[in-house]
Amino acid sequence: MPSPLCILIAEDSPADRMLLATIVGRQGYRVLTAGNGLEAIMIFARERPHMVLMDALMPLMDGFEAARRIKQMAGEELVPIIFLTSLTESEALAQCLDAGGDDFLAKPYNRVILDAKIKAMDRLRRLQATVLEQRDLIARHNEHLLNEQRVAKAVFDKVAHSGCLDAPNIRYLQSPYALFNGDLMLAAFKPSGGMHVLLGDFTGHGLPAAIGAMPLAEVFYGMTAKGYSLAEILREMNAKLKRILPVGVFCCAVMLNLSFQRRVVEVWNGGLPDGYLRRLGSGERIPLRSRHLPLGILDSSCFDDRYEIYPMETGDRIFLLSDGVLETCNLGGECFGEERLLGVFAANCQPDLLFGEIQQALSAFRGEAQDDVSLIEVSLMEQGQLPHSPLIFSDSGQDFPLDWSVGFEFRAETLKHFNPLPYLLQLLLEVQELRLRGSVLYTVLAELYSNALEHGVMGLDSSLKRDAQGFAEYYRERRARLANLCDGYVRFHLDLRPEGAGGRLSIRVEDSGPGFDVQRMLERHASTEHLSGRGLKLVRQLADRCSWAPDGRSVCVEFSWPARHNPPDCQLAQE
Amino acid sequence: MSEHLDPSVLAMLQEVMEDEYPVLLDTFLSDSEDRLQALRQAHEVRDAEALRRAAHSFKGSCGNLGATLLAELCRQLEESARAGDLAPLPALLEQAEQEFAIIRTLIESERQRHR
Repeated sequence: MPSPLCILIAEDSPADRMLLATIVGRQGYRVLTAGNGLEAIMIFARERPHMVLMDALMPLMDGFEAARRIKQMAGEELVPIIFLTSLTESEALAQCLDAGGDDFLAKPYNRVILDAKIKAMDRLRRLQATVLEQRDLIARHNEHLLNEQRVAKAVFDKVAHSGCLDAPNIRYLQSPYALFNGDLMLAAFKPSGGMHVLLGDFTGHGLPAAIGAMPLAEVFYGMTAKGYSLAEILREMNAKLKRILPVGVFCCAVMLNLSFQRRVVEVWNGGLPDGYLRRLGSGERIPLRSRHLPLGILDSSCFDDRYEIYPMETGDRIFLLSDGVLETCNLGGECFGEERLLGVFAANCQPDLLFGEIQQALSAFRGEAQDDVSLIEVSLMEQGQLPHSPLIFSDSGQDFPLDWSVGFEFRAETLKHFNPLPYLLQLLLEVQELRLRGSVLYTVLAELYSNALEHGVMGLDSSLKRDAQGFAEYYRERRARLANLCDGYVRFHLDLRPEGAGGRLSIRVEDSGPGFDVQRMLERHASTEHLSGRGLKLVRQLADRCSWAPDGRSVCVEFSWPARHNPPDCQLAQE
Repeated sequence: MSEHLDPSVLAMLQEVMEDEYPVLLDTFLSDSEDRLQALRQAHEVRDAEALRRAAHSFKGSCGNLGATLLAELCRQLEESARAGDLAPLPALLEQAEQEFAIIRTLIESERQRHR
């Protein structure tokens, strides 16, 4: 049971004090008495009564001053003070309130009214105590929540920042707490030296919005590093989010696959606002429209991983934005909107300044800070201008000489749906020495595979890709022929042999196509710089040896390495 | 007797105070003498503010004891002192002294009944 309410009576008239103390005591309360204001504050400090009945006019210290001091001592706690008074002038009553009085009790005393007032004030007092308790509880919960968010953010930053958002061809704008707005920005180099970029926007806010970001980032980085394609990564991200997120939580996203060698970008947009590809030369602005549902909604069987392919030239830029950009509000509640954004594009003269101009337009438009804006610019650079793309391994690999060979034949049904490159690459990267050349290996494998598939098995003519229109036509045709493929094969033969204290890897790739005139092809590639020519030239540059079978149906490349003198303490691949 | 000392108030006090009732009456009498003394003193030194405060406090405790007429005289004293009108004060003080003498007699007889 709670201790009985303790009431201090401060009254200088002994008869009044005695009468009041008796009335209050008879009602079951604990009573303390004081004969003047000074005594009252001393007793208050010592006994901390719950409530005070205070006479206004008293010797030594009057009730007004005593009330002020008691309110000060009580702090946030409500200690109701009821002034005992026969004062009638409103000025004097106002003075009681100014001093912190909560109510009045007129003389002569009335027992019923006195008890009612004490009860009312006690309710108020307990209400205030509850409010304070709940406020403190909320403050503690909030502190707890913020702490959890700090931890979550620290863990997430470790995952998210393992990417290459700081690459020289990327500029971005993102709040440090974007994670808790559901915004997500990821970028990573592929083993081939190209780049994957993802801008995502989860539904909701706070931790629920942030929770899906982890698995998404893990899939993005893990699969990108292993050489998986855009479509495969999207498919896996969608399946994973669909599996783990509750209904109604999903992720609007744009993903880019940028290839600096082939000078193309693949774009998949599910639910985010239009992104833009802006040509350096013509200033042409191509919208990158959303053509899909966001990630995490559809079952794998219905998920559509079709993407668009655009050729890019050095200096062409891609802008991706979250809907926070378009929904940025000014003080009048008006949205920034697409029209204003396009206005900024149109007004731009120096492409280099466009990103800054968008940023300026946004901050000029909004009167106050808003932090749910995510904006990223990715431009196509010459590959030489980009840093080496590091491949990161979690184990240390086999470091003794290996001696094996293996052959694969991938036939039509498999070629339609399956990308063998990540598997082949993982097999080869078990070899310590090959890890150092992981990017080169991947690039060469990817080139040989796409040559065998596109020109050998499917018979596509690479000269189509001479201009932008032919380029689009080429990829349309590629998609159509692949979908209808019913025979043909691509074979890989990998042969690994010790050679002295070092070793040698031979890769032979063979296809079911009719073969091609090797000599003519090589001559043509040496002299021209069109879109189709880069691949084979690159393979010849990267491999230690490279030769074609006379019938043009198979190609053999070799990588060899000398004895290792000191164990590599650096596991990063160096081209 | 009712205008000097309200019997219904006394009945209420007796009910509230029970055994302490005679002590309350004694306390009122001795306290009232102190307060009359304070009123006289304030008047002698022409301290209107002190007189006003003393009259105000005395008015309160008279009210609590049901001394209706005395409380009314205190109210008039308080009013005059506040207004700075010192002329009626001697007559009012005199009346208050006489009224208190009556009340003292009444209370003492009340006191006898509850010995």
